[in-house]
Amino acid sequence: MIAADISAVLPEIVLSVYAMGALLLAVYTRKDEVAQMLVWATSGMLVLVALWIALSVQDSRTAFNGMFIDDGYSRFAKVMILASAAAVLFMSQEYMERRGLLRFEYPILITLAVVGMMVMVSAGDLMALYMGLELQSLALYVVAALRRDSVKSTEAGLKYFVLGALGSGLLLYGASLTYGYAGTTQFAGIVTTATEGELSLGLLFGLVFLAAGLAFKVSAAPFHMWTPDVYEGSPTPVTAFFATAPKVAAMLLFGRLLHGAFGEAVADWQQIIAFLSVISMFVGGIAAIGQTNIKRLMAYSSIAHMGFALMGLAAGTALGVQAMLVYMAIYVTMNIGAFAFILSMERNGQPVTDIASLRMYSRRDPLRALAMLVLMFSLAGVPPLVGFFGKFYVLTAAVDAGLTWLAVAGVIASVIGAFYYLRIVYFMYFGEETEPLDGEVQPVLTVFLLASAGAMVLGVFNLFGIEAFAAAAAATLVQ
Amino acid sequence: MVQIILFAPLLGALIAGFAWKIIGEKAAMWTATGLLFLSCLLSWIVFFTFDGETRIVEIMRWIESGSLSAYWGVRLDRLTAIMLIVVTTVSAFVHLYSFGYMAHDENFREGEESYRPRFFAYLSFFTFAMLMLVTANNLVQMFFGWEGVGVASYLLIGFYYRKPSANAAAIKAFVVNRVGDFGFYLGIATLFFLVDSTDFDVIFASGPELAETQINFLWQDWNAANLIAVLLFIGAMGKSAQLFLHTWLPDAMEGPTPVSALIHAATMVTAGVFLICRMSPLMEYAPEAMTFVTFMGATTAFFAATVGLVQNDIKRVIAYSTCSQLGYMFVAAGVGVYSAAMFHLLTHAFFKGLLFLGAGSVIHAMHHEQDMRNYGGLRKKIPYTFWAMMVGTLAITGVGVPLTQLGFAGFLSKDAIIESAWAGTNSAAGYAYWMLVIAAVMTAFYSWRLMFLTFFGTPRGDRHTHEQAHESPRIMLIPLVALAIGGIFSGMIWYKSFFGDHHEVERFFAIPHSEVHADDGHGAQTTAAHGEGAGATADGAEQGSSHDAMVEAHHVEGTTPEEHAQIAAEHHAPQSFGGIYIHPENNVLNDAHYAPKWVKLSPFIAMILGFGLAFLMYIRRTDLPAKVAELNWPLYNFLLNKWYFDELYDAIFVRPAKAIGRFLWKYGDGATIDGGINGLAMGIVPFFTRLAGRAQSGYIFHYAFAMVIGLVVLITWVAIRAGG
Repeated sequence: MIAADISAVLPEIVLSVYAMGALLLAVYTRKDEVAQMLVWATSGMLVLVALWIALSVQDSRTAFNGMFIDDGYSRFAKVMILASAAAVLFMSQEYMERRGLLRFEYPILITLAVVGMMVMVSAGDLMALYMGLELQSLALYVVAALRRDSVKSTEAGLKYFVLGALGSGLLLYGASLTYGYAGTTQFAGIVTTATEGELSLGLLFGLVFLAAGLAFKVSAAPFHMWTPDVYEGSPTPVTAFFATAPKVAAMLLFGRLLHGAFGEAVADWQQIIAFLSVISMFVGGIAAIGQTNIKRLMAYSSIAHMGFALMGLAAGTALGVQAMLVYMAIYVTMNIGAFAFILSMERNGQPVTDIASLRMYSRRDPLRALAMLVLMFSLAGVPPLVGFFGKFYVLTAAVDAGLTWLAVAGVIASVIGAFYYLRIVYFMYFGEETEPLDGEVQPVLTVFLLASAGAMVLGVFNLFGIEAFAAAAAATLVQ
Repeated sequence: MVQIILFAPLLGALIAGFAWKIIGEKAAMWTATGLLFLSCLLSWIVFFTFDGETRIVEIMRWIESGSLSAYWGVRLDRLTAIMLIVVTTVSAFVHLYSFGYMAHDENFREGEESYRPRFFAYLSFFTFAMLMLVTANNLVQMFFGWEGVGVASYLLIGFYYRKPSANAAAIKAFVVNRVGDFGFYLGIATLFFLVDSTDFDVIFASGPELAETQINFLWQDWNAANLIAVLLFIGAMGKSAQLFLHTWLPDAMEGPTPVSALIHAATMVTAGVFLICRMSPLMEYAPEAMTFVTFMGATTAFFAATVGLVQNDIKRVIAYSTCSQLGYMFVAAGVGVYSAAMFHLLTHAFFKGLLFLGAGSVIHAMHHEQDMRNYGGLRKKIPYTFWAMMVGTLAITGVGVPLTQLGFAGFLSKDAIIESAWAGTNSAAGYAYWMLVIAAVMTAFYSWRLMFLTFFGTPRGDRHTHEQAHESPRIMLIPLVALAIGGIFSGMIWYKSFFGDHHEVERFFAIPHSEVHADDGHGAQTTAAHGEGAGATADGAEQGSSHDAMVEAHHVEGTTPEEHAQIAAEHHAPQSFGGIYIHPENNVLNDAHYAPKWVKLSPFIAMILGFGLAFLMYIRRTDLPAKVAELNWPLYNFLLNKWYFDELYDAIFVRPAKAIGRFLWKYGDGATIDGGINGLAMGIVPFFTRLAGRAQSGYIFHYAFAMVIGLVVLITWVAIRAGG
């Protein structure tokens, strides 16, 4: 019995052991000097685990009395999380090193955060959920404040920590309410308490608090306020990390909780999610317009995108979950490309985040400008790029579920949101060049940028087959 | 062969239009012209070797959509053959003429701009489109050609694109034609709706059926045949510049003169007449519509002639004359004598083309001076042009020996129309007859006025210009001579075929109804003719060209008109169609031959009268015109301003349309849409952006507060929902 349990969580155990081993190794050897090697190793490790999970063909199974679920849905999530974390880590190495930020703790903390995320998406119990969430969050609080001598970075870490604590508190309160009314913390148990699609008021309150806590993690409005500040204050590679893997984990955990524990009462939470979705889309779109800092802008962008992903969840159907999965995969790919570009924005060796510094970038580097243009159009959802199909998917799911008003709102919000993406393109292709950025760019970043942009173009043929995987994953979650 | 005729001009257009940079200007122009002469030669061969049997040559499938099927093809019958020679002949000579006329043009920067190959390309393209129109075997291809000539006309009227007036005229032509085309299009759609095909053979066969059908259109029940005929005629009115839709034609004179000769005199404007003749199997079943056609034609003939009396621009006089002559043709078609309409179309193409090219020669000689008041005494300076114009004038005024078949082209064809109008049975025919006779007086008057003002009297206007006046180069004179030959002889040669001899006409056009009669005659009568008629009838029914059978059949038919009508009514429409169709009850052509002498003399008298008046006023008493104009100044101004049609349209259509446009632009588009979107984008969204920016204060307690507020909202909502 225990052997079966262990084998189910083996990837997580391997990664944890690796993280601790690496910690010991670094502490007892030359500390930060091995950091570079550790980054490579960790990236490689994450990719290996991702491949392991991706290639292990197994049925759904549970471990530790249902606390841990290993099914298609969680495997889909884990591959996404691991791959994106590896990519971001790989991209960040040189940037961190050049700024003297490359401490050996960095890859280890990332690894631990990833372990936390993997536990989150596999959670089959409120306790496992909380454990994964906290493991992830604690690691992230630290990386946010990685640049200890910078006021902004410390501020970001602290804000994230305090607000995160509030979020965790809400989540815990919700969990205890749920436990109190359902008598169990297991999702499989909670789901049976909903009779005829109706939840008791206590459970409803529990659900709302849980949703609020998770909304904080996915930075859905109105629980999004930390996002821009943390994104801006953190070192850019960390920001890139925040924007990708944790979002996937939290969003998929959201899906797991809603469908796994409250799947019988779709009507009860549908409007809550729809509310979060519509507010996020509009806040993300409207507030981003005023931004001049590209990192803050990406923060609002991710808020808006989370709104769209939530729209898929709000549908409350298998199609909706599939749409959400596809959307998240596309979102992560686009963001990796966009951050590869942002990481390369330098002037005299110093990072620049002002949008205006992109003026006439197309003249300096036409290829990268074109790639960025493709990414921005894709983020804005301009057909025929892949970003459009992501949006189209969730809109279809929403309309199919009878949430036409939400779909219409989404379209309006995406029109508003298109403005700031297009403004970046406008800066790159028109106007006067003021202070040019450095021409020298690390090849790694260019490769990621071009690969991401290329995927946005080539993916229009069949989305690289991701639809089928997403459909299978959604099917294991929503029966 | 027909394929070569059809596509040679297109090839010429493409080469002249796109390849002139490679092969050079001159080569491009010669290629286009050469190809057209080839096309012209083949057309004449086709015309003379045509045996009267309708042939259909399918070239390519075009549209296949549901039950709509259309192919590119050629319907070769007499009507097409006539149009082929008209179009290609005039076009070929206009191409040739353009070498001289367009050699130097002050509207373009010489040496810097290349405009000649473009001009030739347009001309050739026009010819191609026109050929598409006349050879069509279905309405869709016809509509393609119809629009194609419209485009070519637009391009050529606006050829001097630096002149604002030319651009305005081009747009006007396009827009006014659009009105007509809309009618045409509705007609096509209605036909398709009712018979589910656009092929001529199907449409022709359904004539009797359509006459019995009622259709609801614009909240009213109509007879289908009449409705379709009227709609198609509205299309014809636009193209052929009939009253109310005529305003574009005089303005179209802004284009270079060869264009006016080709498009706005000889070919394109006659497309409307051609359409009515082509649709004769349908028109014959729409008597009310035909009355309307007759009425409109007669009115236009009269109206345009009155305006032509007082115009001073040489090209405008001829333009109104064209308008008026088109009215004649419509009257002929309207009373059911399609052959006479086609006859006049043919002769008119020659003499009107001649007049325009002559006018072009005069304009060329006078350095683009077009006002006749500045001409005078040019007879000696440009003798060849003078004689060419003289032939044209003799032809249009209809000079000939009365009561014989000797005369210039217009004498025969116009008299044919006037006699037909007299013999016409519909209620507008009497009116048409008198209108046409009066118009004939005026035709003679304005034509001679043009001649006298231009070539006789003393030189007026700029003396320098007059001294410099010179005869046109030979390349411009050859077309004049060629068309002059047509203007003299075309009437006499084909009088019998088109009008003079009933049986000859039926043979020429392969009109099918005589065969039906042969059958009827055989069954109903037992006369001496019986045996012969019966024997020949079989031939006649099969070949449609057995002369003997016709003679017999008509002999029989003539004796018992009532009985014949009765029997004919029982008969179904024939299944194969010749060039035109004449309903068995339609005897106008026959009756016209038995018109009284005074009717036959009337156009001649009218001509003499007009000539006398013009001679009196512009040769004898040159002070008279001014006095007359002064005495009748309201009438004079009325005519000089073209019955105030332009002003009227400006007030009724143009200005309200502009006002509506401006309103929609300023208030609809500008204020509402732009204002709304811009207001949203520049006012409301930024407002919220600022709000969001202010909320993002950086203070942690604000952020926590927002979270709590959000939570409260959710909880409240859920509680209310659960409670309610």
